[in-house]
Amino acid sequence: MLDPFDWLGDRVAYDLLGLAGDSASGAAVQFFVMDVAKIFALLVVVIYVMGLLRALVSPERVREFVRGRPDWQARGLAVGLGAVTPFCSCSSVPLFIGFVEAGIPLGVTFSFLIASPMINEVAAVLLIGLLGWELALLYIGAGLLVAWVGGIVMQRFRPERWVEAYVWRIQMGEAAVPRPDTSLLGRHRFAVAEVREILRRIWKWVVIGIGVGALIHGYVPADWIVEHLGDGQWLAVPAAVLVGIPLYSNATGVIPVAEAMLGKGVALGTVLAFMMSIAALSIPEMLILRKVIRWPALALFAAVLAVSFILVGWGFNLIT
Amino acid sequence: MKQIKVLGSGCRNCEITANAIAKAAEQAGVEIDLVKVTDIAEIMSYGVMSTPGVVIDGTVVHSGGVPGPERIRAWMQASD
Repeated sequence: MLDPFDWLGDRVAYDLLGLAGDSASGAAVQFFVMDVAKIFALLVVVIYVMGLLRALVSPERVREFVRGRPDWQARGLAVGLGAVTPFCSCSSVPLFIGFVEAGIPLGVTFSFLIASPMINEVAAVLLIGLLGWELALLYIGAGLLVAWVGGIVMQRFRPERWVEAYVWRIQMGEAAVPRPDTSLLGRHRFAVAEVREILRRIWKWVVIGIGVGALIHGYVPADWIVEHLGDGQWLAVPAAVLVGIPLYSNATGVIPVAEAMLGKGVALGTVLAFMMSIAALSIPEMLILRKVIRWPALALFAAVLAVSFILVGWGFNLIT
Repeated sequence: MKQIKVLGSGCRNCEITANAIAKAAEQAGVEIDLVKVTDIAEIMSYGVMSTPGVVIDGTVVHSGGVPGPERIRAWMQASD
């Protein structure tokens, strides 16, 4: 099948710039052009369609859905809704407080905070487009599992004692959020605004991700990768997670890096663990959450996630 | 005079929203009292979790993102 993005990459790298097809720079430029075109085309289409369907659920709605339900139901909803809400990390504080105020257990809130940055429908479509169905399902399944179990483990440590005192005192007003305009024109406007807003927020991460992916694709020798990060390299998984945790990128930005890593023969579990640790947790995110919970809870949160990602990585490396 | 509050804990989108409102008011020749609310307790007292939010004369008219230019112009035209 002729892939138009692949074709575009070939034309720019080999014809326009005259790079040799077997050179490192040629391969890197080809990868970069192809992925920039493909990823941004996919992003615009997916975000627009999601906007039209108005499937982007607001945190206010999530809170209404989740509150007052038995624990397992609340957790299921929090994980599921977390996966379909691409919320900006700048709203984690109001979100956290809103959940606490609604009497939603902290463990459930943590489940939501894990699922939300790691999985979203935009990342899912990109995963399918770039890496195929199987990998997309594995990533999403593993992400949901980590969010579910991670929240339960957090709950075991009674994290309530580390919540800042002022959080408990906040009284939230009844949400009088206006009804959205559901006419076709209203939906179209909303969808266009969403495309602009989300692209403006994530384009840097995507370009950086593609750049890193292109460098790996062009310059890192496959032999070296297979030897150090391929199958049977147990320590590669914790190393990947430890490198990934402080780094920040959007879930979408990690995908081209994963694409290049897989192409060079990095073991599947190692790649999954790396993707998750980059998307789920970062230093800026921790600093934002620090406004509502104290360091012990944050350290515990990071540790629970790191251990889960390592287990996921090892698990997949074992079965593949 | 309309009192417009932009709810948001100082993120970039809140700045953008506040600036867009100030500009639209100037263009429409409407006098407004624009306040940026950054205190999280006050933001939440409006029932808003996703910022930026916009409150006009005590009513939440928008939350969860930068409002579009047509929306902002419509707020300016709505009668006092």
